[in-house]
Amino acid sequence: MIGIIRTLWLTFLHLFHKNDTVPYPETKPYLSPRYRGRIILSRDPNGEERCVACNLCAAACPVDCISLQKGEKDGRWYPEFFQINFSRCIFCGFCEEACPTYAIQLTPDFEMSEYVRQNLVYEKQDLLISGTGKYPDYSFYNVSGLAIPGKDKGEAEREAAPIDIHALLP
Amino acid sequence: MSVDFSVGLYGLIAIAATAMVITRARPVHALLYMVVALLALACLFDSLGAPFAAMLDVIVYAGAIMVLFVFVVMMINLGQPDETRERSWITPSNWFGPSVLAALLLTTLIFALGHGDAATGPNITEVGPTAVGMSLFGPYMLTVELASFLLLAGLVSAFHIGRALGEKR
Amino acid sequence: MIVPMPIIIVVTFAAVMGVAAVSTMVERRLLGFFQDRPGPNRVGPFGMFQVVADAVKMLFKQDWVPPFADKPVFLLAPIVGFMAVLLEFGVIPITPHWSIAGDLNVGLLFVFAMMGLAVYSVVLAGWSSNNKFALLGGMRAAAQMISYEVFMGLSLLGVVMTAGSFSLHDIVLAQSRCWFVIPQFLGCIVFLIAGIAETHRLPFDLPEGENELGAGFHTEYSGMKFGMFFLAEYAGVAMISALITTLYLGGWGGPILPPFLWFAIKVVFLICFFILLRAALPRPRYDQLMSFGWKILLPVSLINIVLTGAILLWQAGA
Ligand code: SF4
Ligand code: SF4
Repeated sequence: MIGIIRTLWLTFLHLFHKNDTVPYPETKPYLSPRYRGRIILSRDPNGEERCVACNLCAAACPVDCISLQKGEKDGRWYPEFFQINFSRCIFCGFCEEACPTYAIQLTPDFEMSEYVRQNLVYEKQDLLISGTGKYPDYSFYNVSGLAIPGKDKGEAEREAAPIDIHALLP
Repeated sequence: MSVDFSVGLYGLIAIAATAMVITRARPVHALLYMVVALLALACLFDSLGAPFAAMLDVIVYAGAIMVLFVFVVMMINLGQPDETRERSWITPSNWFGPSVLAALLLTTLIFALGHGDAATGPNITEVGPTAVGMSLFGPYMLTVELASFLLLAGLVSAFHIGRALGEKR
Repeated sequence: MIVPMPIIIVVTFAAVMGVAAVSTMVERRLLGFFQDRPGPNRVGPFGMFQVVADAVKMLFKQDWVPPFADKPVFLLAPIVGFMAVLLEFGVIPITPHWSIAGDLNVGLLFVFAMMGLAVYSVVLAGWSSNNKFALLGGMRAAAQMISYEVFMGLSLLGVVMTAGSFSLHDIVLAQSRCWFVIPQFLGCIVFLIAGIAETHRLPFDLPEGENELGAGFHTEYSGMKFGMFFLAEYAGVAMISALITTLYLGGWGGPILPPFLWFAIKVVFLICFFILLRAALPRPRYDQLMSFGWKILLPVSLINIVLTGAILLWQAGA
């Protein structure tokens, strides 16, 4: 009996609480930068594509909605095409975790409804942005040992020069 | 509307509804017509100056007892086969005997009514709840007590039946 | 002020329907506030035209009678429920001069008779739908409503004994010194609980029980027939509120303000209280509801009667 009256009183007090919901289209709710929304492909600080077409994201995706094709230019790999089928994507973020180059990132944007289902298949030009996304300073080639034009082996950050195995000096 | 006319109207409704009760094949439909008959009866009571009796008629008969009937019919949920069987029962050879007996009863009733001195004129006085209560606990005290005994016995036995079933499990 | 009877009838019934319709909206808004959200606020200022939008939607929905249903009974059920609730309002004295039936000397019993008939609406709807969820809902409704009617009647006897009349008019007049909620507190509580069960409102909405029975007895109903059940339910809430006002809160009585305003204030307060109950309390299990009724409410209301009778006799003797 006391419990019931207490419940009634506490519920009554809620009349004077602030609303937890917001009237959505007019007021946007706050979404943290880590929110898992629309997926983008980012570029490194030099403006080159970060994606190296390693296919790890496609392998990690539980619903198999990523498909891409590797291409090669000046020793750098890049995706020839890169499709994400957002009508299947479950926004789990596994692709972002799998990606070794921080290329694929999820953003706090969820307003992507369409009338035609096919329009939800995003191509590379829809996905690729001009900035670096959440990791402004990171560039995969700067920390990896791969040689590309303008950066030879041993020139990456915190990388020692390669040992010349043909010089038999100690 | 004059009292005579309304009394006649309610009476006709009651009779028609009762006829429908007898001839319906679906139990729920028959019960509904019985409710209508009871409501017509209540209207009859009311126009004859007994609103208390009318209300009790609706509350107790239409509102409680008939609901229990409907409840039971719902519980056993008679379907289509029962309906066809029921329909096959309503044949002249079956209804002839009971209707002769009913007609005999009816003539007796009319005879008795014709020779009594009740219901001879429209000098209707309304009998309010207080008057009913006074006469129930005045001249009819013994009857009320007997009825309460009966109800108590019913209550105790219902309780007993419920208990015995509960303990066996 | 003497108002001709047809106007009284039309205005009262229209007001009842209006109150029922508006209270659907008020309920949704209030429930929203209780749950820290704004509730429906899009249609019109403060969402006031939501009622209109709902009504239009309901009128234009396809009115579908399932082929397996028992058609005449299926059609009859919502009408019975709706008419029973409307007729109950006929005997409520809204102000000293505003009441359809005037001063009926069996007014309270008439209300009970109509409540008894309202059971049919639910039971028949459940039976005629030919659907097992609807049937279960109807059976629950029959058991629940019949048993709670008993406690309701018993809890009222205290009021009738104190006022010495079945006429609602006399009962209100008898409260001019002291509202019956004070001497009849036990009865008032029992009446309130039984009233909720009688209108099968939450938390006692077992006949509908969305999460176990679909929508219970009105699972198969659509369009305006569903609308009638819906309106009847809200009119029933207004009805119980009006009854509690008349029987326990002194009806139209009150200082300064005109009688009608007092009546309206009390009724609106009670309707809001019903909504609070809905927002706060969980639905009991079916057997809990029944044993609560027969093992707690029945003894309480009997004790109330005995106490009231003893006090009345003592006062009469002194
Ligand atoms: S968020 Fe999950 S489902 Fe969507 S593309 Fe990435 S891995 Fe696949
Ligand atoms: S987005 Fe990342 S994981 Fe996917 S193919 Fe490109 S580099 Fe590999």
